[in-house]
Amino acid sequence: MDHAAPPAWATLAYLVSGVLFILALRGLSSPASSRRGNRFGMAGMAIAVLTTLITHMPMYTPDPAMLNSYVGPDINALAWILGAIALGGVIGIVTARRIAMTDMPQLVAAFHSLVGLAAVAVAAAAFLDPAAFGILAKPEEFMDPVEYAKLGLINPVSRVEMGLGAAIGAITFSGSVIAFLKLAGKMSGAPIILPLRHVINLGTLTAILGLTAYFVVDQSPWVFWTILALSFLIGFLLIIPIGGADMPVVVSMLNSYSGWAAAAMGFTLSNSAMIITGALVGSSGAILSYIMCRAMNRSFISVIAGGFGAESGAGGGEAKEQRPWKRGSAEDAAYMMSQAESVIIVPGYGMAVAQAQHALREMADMLKKEGVSVKYAIHPVAGRMPGHMNVLLAEANVPYDEVFELEDINSEFAQADVAFIIGANDVVNPAAKTDKSSPIYGMPVFDVDKAKTVFFVKRSMGGVGYAGVDNDVFYMDQTMMLLADAKKMCEDIVKSMSGGGH
Amino acid sequence: MDFISILSIFVLACFVGYYVVWSVTPALHTPLMAVTNAISSVIIVGALIAAGATGSASATWLGLAAVVMASINIFGGFAVTARMLAMYKKKDK
Repeated sequence: MDHAAPPAWATLAYLVSGVLFILALRGLSSPASSRRGNRFGMAGMAIAVLTTLITHMPMYTPDPAMLNSYVGPDINALAWILGAIALGGVIGIVTARRIAMTDMPQLVAAFHSLVGLAAVAVAAAAFLDPAAFGILAKPEEFMDPVEYAKLGLINPVSRVEMGLGAAIGAITFSGSVIAFLKLAGKMSGAPIILPLRHVINLGTLTAILGLTAYFVVDQSPWVFWTILALSFLIGFLLIIPIGGADMPVVVSMLNSYSGWAAAAMGFTLSNSAMIITGALVGSSGAILSYIMCRAMNRSFISVIAGGFGAESGAGGGEAKEQRPWKRGSAEDAAYMMSQAESVIIVPGYGMAVAQAQHALREMADMLKKEGVSVKYAIHPVAGRMPGHMNVLLAEANVPYDEVFELEDINSEFAQADVAFIIGANDVVNPAAKTDKSSPIYGMPVFDVDKAKTVFFVKRSMGGVGYAGVDNDVFYMDQTMMLLADAKKMCEDIVKSMSGGGH
Repeated sequence: MDFISILSIFVLACFVGYYVVWSVTPALHTPLMAVTNAISSVIIVGALIAAGATGSASATWLGLAAVVMASINIFGGFAVTARMLAMYKKKDK
């Protein structure tokens, strides 16, 4: 039996599903075409699953002792498989329906961990039953094929692919679990720094690579399981020292890893759908990590090395001078904004935490009714994952053509009457442009200091953003601090506008 | 397929991925992550092969477990992406 050569139609079907996956991502180039893209993705997945079910239909193994033994599809085994799909489907759909949009980063992290674990399970299954995956080594001509098959030797190239697939899958799994715990607030978001961590991490990585190489000459089970165990460990160690605000990079990176894991298993199975998908997802995650790093002006290495935000004591060492700042009220904000011609809203993670997006949109609607032009300005790293703020605003029914990216809107602050900052801090800190000693120096920021009036919604004057840097915007003449919970403040502004306006 | 043709597909797909992902608008980066998550569960192909094989009982069970995990991701990933994309609206009028 030669499982390695699937029928030609199956190979073509996998290719079609790979192309459909490309179209799924292509659809995301604009919100208008995105839903059709998503349907392409679903079709691609359906084709891949059906093709596999047909070509690898579980069969009864004919029993040589019985003469008239039944040969054909094993209905029982097929029922188990369909049951497993149904079980996963129900869990997946229920979760997707119930999840709050603010919890999207945790959900994505949890999903990544499942891809990782599934890759590990598939690699382990391929190791235990190599014949089913068609990855047994071919005997040399002088060997007895029957005796040789008993050895169960796996193709050396497949061993490398399998080892890498299992390792990347395991790293994706344990890393995503830690990222999930941090994002869900079940574990402190603060970086946890182990002594000698760089030595430990490099040592573990070297051991994984070394063992994968050794796996080629010795396929003993201990090699495979040690690779797996070390990979679980390194995923855990890599994410532990990374702080909460660096999570956009981490989530993107794990996204990338889940793709490479799928690609590695695709090599093992010679399956073009898996390879194309793996490459797509892998490059997608890598590009997102790059965009996030660029938006923070930090190198990928420094994010991965971790520990950012832990050494804030170094910068704030000198006695903090008390500088004067002005406190504003909801009434002030309501009055000033309804008199303005243009208002730019800068949302940040604080808005997500306070679930303020709906109240904020109500406020914007009131302003629009007064004839004020309202725009939203979104920094690439606002929130805990790429595009987090855009989804929250979309959820609150903010039309996407009112939402702008950093480069597109930054020049407009100079003409804006009001900049309304809600739950953001580091992304509006002018120190990033002027203060070379600041840890956020070089990060592209919004020029809110150029707006005529700045309203800064913040819970208290205490915390100074994730990077632990004081923000000059607080103390500017044109700034009014609105100290309150973000949602409460927006509601109060709405109340005061509807009360005073009529 | 031999190793070289698989490698060719892989390298070309990396380039396709590079250009396609750069064309994704930043406003849709969260749905992008959700949908890549769903499609990377194409690993279910491997899981189905393992679950349908009879060579080793533990491999079959691992396969079934992987089918459940990948299905959660496939259905959950596409459903949550569809839910998000349905929220993106243009200005009325």
